[in-house]
Amino acid sequence: MRNQTKLLVMATLSVLFIGLYLLYDLNGSFEYALPRRAIKVLAMLITGASIAYATVVFQTITHNKILTPSIMGLDSLYQLLQTVLIFMLGSTHIALVNKQVNFFLSTAVMIVFALLLYQVLFKKGNQPIYFLLLVGIVIGTFFSSISTFMQVLIDPNEFLRIQDRMFASFNNVGTDLVWVALILTGILILWSARSHNYLDVVSLGRDTAVNLGVPYDKIVRKMLIVSAVLIAISTALVGPITFFGLIVANLSYQFMKSYKHNVIITSAILMSFVALIGGQFIVERVFGFSTTLSVIINFLGGIYFIYLLLKESRSK
Amino acid sequence: MIQVKGLTKFYGKKHVVKEVSTTIQKGKITSFIGPNGAGKSTLLSMVSKLIDADSGEVVVDATSARKMKSNDFAKKVSILKQSNYMNVRLTVRELVGFGRFPYSKGRLTQEDEQFVDQAISYMGLEDLQQDYLDELSGGQRQRAFIAMVIAQDTEYVLLDEPLNNLDMKHSVQIMKILRQLVDDLGKTVVIVLHDINFASVYSDYIVAMKEGAVVREGKTEDIIESAALKEIYDMDIPIQQMNNCRICVYFNSN
Repeated sequence: MRNQTKLLVMATLSVLFIGLYLLYDLNGSFEYALPRRAIKVLAMLITGASIAYATVVFQTITHNKILTPSIMGLDSLYQLLQTVLIFMLGSTHIALVNKQVNFFLSTAVMIVFALLLYQVLFKKGNQPIYFLLLVGIVIGTFFSSISTFMQVLIDPNEFLRIQDRMFASFNNVGTDLVWVALILTGILILWSARSHNYLDVVSLGRDTAVNLGVPYDKIVRKMLIVSAVLIAISTALVGPITFFGLIVANLSYQFMKSYKHNVIITSAILMSFVALIGGQFIVERVFGFSTTLSVIINFLGGIYFIYLLLKESRSK
Repeated sequence: MIQVKGLTKFYGKKHVVKEVSTTIQKGKITSFIGPNGAGKSTLLSMVSKLIDADSGEVVVDATSARKMKSNDFAKKVSILKQSNYMNVRLTVRELVGFGRFPYSKGRLTQEDEQFVDQAISYMGLEDLQQDYLDELSGGQRQRAFIAMVIAQDTEYVLLDEPLNNLDMKHSVQIMKILRQLVDDLGKTVVIVLHDINFASVYSDYIVAMKEGAVVREGKTEDIIESAALKEIYDMDIPIQQMNNCRICVYFNSN
């Protein structure tokens, strides 16, 4: 099958699933159920696209196919922020109850953190990118440890509130926030789409890329920031779900067998649409909401991750 | 002509290249020789803008390299490093196609395809062009990378130890191709070599480095002689004239 055909099949599948999700068992409730479902679908499309995009880009600039952007500690920061808010202010405070306030606060904190981290590290000159990742891991672990510490001290009822926020959920997303996130994500992806050709060369390694006239360090920095902001937006919107990106990115490499980022990224985004909307449909209609989608994703993602590790270790 | 003016590089506190100045003549093969750790590769990386110099300047055809845009520079000077590990799976033809990136930004035109065809046939890779790089032998891979640099069609071609890990046959093959690039296509080739006999037989000029500085430079016949080699390598190396080639017999010298 040619790559274009494959992409077309995936696009058709996405549309089918969206239609199925929107219209299944609707019973003519066009005014009530349809808009609510549409918002959920939109939230899933935004999250799926952001995470797929951020992961593919992140893996290219780090030259590593089993990393996810969560290694930079953004997920842990989100968890820490929610924990600190509940710990200091209580779960009824406006910063937690009001979705808008929480969204903008979380996004801002994560973006500021990522920019500060990159600023400090880039200023030190041309550090290898693995140094950056190492710093990310250390800071991420530090954040998780503080969160755990606070969660141990907290009132058990409040702790349940925290746990609620530790898993991504599409079930109560703010309508107006979806539009904000859609615009921000759209602008970011369109803005960086011009660099996709450069990314093809970046994956050949720094020396070859510089030889071919690619402003390597500039592209890497730009793309690191783009992926961090995308992750920040989608995490603030639905909660931490970055593991998911690993699956769609690697499935795309295997499925498309292409080095072209336009192809890989499109495929990863379409796959994430199919997986998220199809998965959410199953969660709602088959399991009757008895579990959340991110639990299933983490379960399947974990199995796939172990498979990837085994495969990589065999090929060396 | 590439003029290197007072290039300096520190790795931490280690002074690896010490204010090196030299000139690379157009349309010739210039070899950089010298012991391990002399700073040859670092110098080549600075000349080709892979790493920034701490001080000094490189002037390519009367324009300062620093003032050239990276894309314009890539149409003028190309570099091939010793290790070319890649994370993606490419065919030979796809790799060679990347050589046209400075011109076409990834969308190959008819003209680009012609350059790719020429480069592939120049390196004798026609039968392998649809094969994946990770399925090739070391010599074939090296040829594929050189084909990419040829497709890049730069006036100056810089190669960092291109004979590494190659057997005699492939080493000779590659040196002959580099000679042809200079003689037939008028390119300028700069090459870091470890085997001084290859430098002696194939190059026009030799620059000898030691401990981060140039110790000798000049025409090949002025460098390949016992007194100069003694200064460069601290070894007494007798030189034999064979079939018009000066061969250094260093295998059992002190």
